[in-house]
Amino acid sequence: MTQMATSAPVTPAAAVPVSPAPLNRPRRGRRSVGMSVLLHGTLIVASLIAIGPIAWVVLSSFKPGYAVQSTEITLVKDPTLANYEYVLFETSFPTWFLNSVIVAALTMLIGIFCSATTGYALSRFNFPGRRPLMMVFLVTQMFPVAILIVPIYTIMATLGLINTLPALVIAYLTIAVPFCAWMLKGYFDSIPTSLDEAASLDGCGPFRTFYRVILPLARPAIAVTGFYTFLTAWGEVAYASAFMQTDDKFTLAYGLQQFVPQFNAQWEYLTAAAVLVTIPAGIVFLFAQKHLVSGLTAGGTKG
Amino acid sequence: MTTVTADPAPSGAGLLPKLRRSWDKHWSAWAMVVPVVLVMAVLIFYPLINGVWISFTDQTEANQLAEICTKSITGGEVCKENPNAWSFVGFDNYVNILTGKIGEFWLWAGNTLVWTIAGVTFHYGLGLGLAVMLHRQIRFRGLYRVLLVLPWAVPAFISAFAWKFLFNERLGLVNSLLNAVGIDSVAWFSERWSALLVAILTNIWLGVPFMMVALLGGLQSIPEELYESAEIDGASAWQRFRAITLPGLRPVSMTVILLGTIWTFNMFPIIFLVTEGQPAGQTEILVTGAFRAAFEGIRNYSLASTYGVLILSILLIFSVFYRRVLRKQGEVW
Repeated sequence: MTQMATSAPVTPAAAVPVSPAPLNRPRRGRRSVGMSVLLHGTLIVASLIAIGPIAWVVLSSFKPGYAVQSTEITLVKDPTLANYEYVLFETSFPTWFLNSVIVAALTMLIGIFCSATTGYALSRFNFPGRRPLMMVFLVTQMFPVAILIVPIYTIMATLGLINTLPALVIAYLTIAVPFCAWMLKGYFDSIPTSLDEAASLDGCGPFRTFYRVILPLARPAIAVTGFYTFLTAWGEVAYASAFMQTDDKFTLAYGLQQFVPQFNAQWEYLTAAAVLVTIPAGIVFLFAQKHLVSGLTAGGTKG
Repeated sequence: MTTVTADPAPSGAGLLPKLRRSWDKHWSAWAMVVPVVLVMAVLIFYPLINGVWISFTDQTEANQLAEICTKSITGGEVCKENPNAWSFVGFDNYVNILTGKIGEFWLWAGNTLVWTIAGVTFHYGLGLGLAVMLHRQIRFRGLYRVLLVLPWAVPAFISAFAWKFLFNERLGLVNSLLNAVGIDSVAWFSERWSALLVAILTNIWLGVPFMMVALLGGLQSIPEELYESAEIDGASAWQRFRAITLPGLRPVSMTVILLGTIWTFNMFPIIFLVTEGQPAGQTEILVTGAFRAAFEGIRNYSLASTYGVLILSILLIFSVFYRRVLRKQGEVW
């Protein structure tokens, strides 16, 4: 499988009928009208389900409180920006937002770096400890937060990192890096080793080869890694609620829980906050989405 | 794994020169993995071993310290031995949990089973169906793909909130729609199975995109010629799917099903935020039940660790079993 890392979307040569069809059943890519309707119908319904909940929250965020709380179904009712104004100017939302951006960006950058070097070493070198490390990466996926949270808390306390953002960055790296290294290893496997050999004949050491030759070819997989690490950090709740103690250090995931008092949830503010929280994740998604399929291709194939 | 060069057989020599040669040969590889290994050793393996140890004690937030120090009036510190210091209790925690004396292990385990099987089945089934459809040459393929992957980009706690909002008893869209067609509002979160249903729906919605994208990648790696020749041989669409698509997807499927099972089993935020265990803890899965049992009120470290060890053991047994079954069917993995 020589998956070249061009960023152009892959177009399988499916629908090119070479000779007039000798069979009387419809050829691939030239299907009956009923089939087309069925296909598009299913995809449209699926897309609507996929975006429906998001769209409803977005619509609700522009409604005034009484309209959100009413049972009447309306798509748009007295559109207002009041919910956004409240969230942005009357709460600690901007602080939490900044904290989340810092944590997520650091996790993403360090995460990409660590998983890329590790994935490359796992893919190219048969060093003692390679297979155990691969197994360990799989097993770490099974560790429940509940077992790790107390000892990690103790370690962070010893290091004096409780209630600081680096504590979260480190904790999130332990969640994201094993999977990402695994995924990148799969992708590096699909890049021909002849490239490494050529580079080493040209006098590149292993680090230079990795950085100058292989890394640029692995852009799709790097994009997926970035997306994955960012999202991990952006949406995590358990560690954030255990390690962060003061309002000025909360991340969004934890801070927003404050809008949910037990009985009288402030739904209209929550919807606006939800939209604001989703926007940065959406931007990262837009950058990565072109690469998602090709980046994960090789990643999923072999352990 | 074709990219790895084989190790030359070591000629019989002392340990030291052997180590030396090994170092000369492999230092760059080790240098590349060392940061990750170090961080994981400190933050995963030490906590794991520590956690296993704690599960055999009765440590809580209150009795964790061996000494209690109080500032005296003169400014010095006086330390006294903690009268209720923690102690080694053997398998007491495990017995208490498994016999249902503390928490409701079997109820939660049952929920976890339903939750995981439903989640993974629908993730994989829907993901495969959508991937196969998106793999065909159709108009608006790019648009469909973006829309269908979108739920992946939404942070889990936001999805949890959005679905909770949709199914809110009083002002949720779902009940409003039900009312519109003349059905009474349903109190989704006051009954075990309906609450669990909402949580499972949320999780399905959230997890399908990953499966779809991974399987779409797998589909693209199946050579198109296989389909063409099968078609010339007169194979029907269903036969092509059975004989080419499914076997071709096998490596990807095996990996994503294992990962999906582990991830769903340990999926914390959805249950924690959507049902909050309502009503009365009947919809907790193991991870959320453990978290609430151990961290609400006085933090019970030993209990948390015991649950953790149990959960980890279940998953380990599952994956060993899973791999054994795969290997029997001739999968080298």
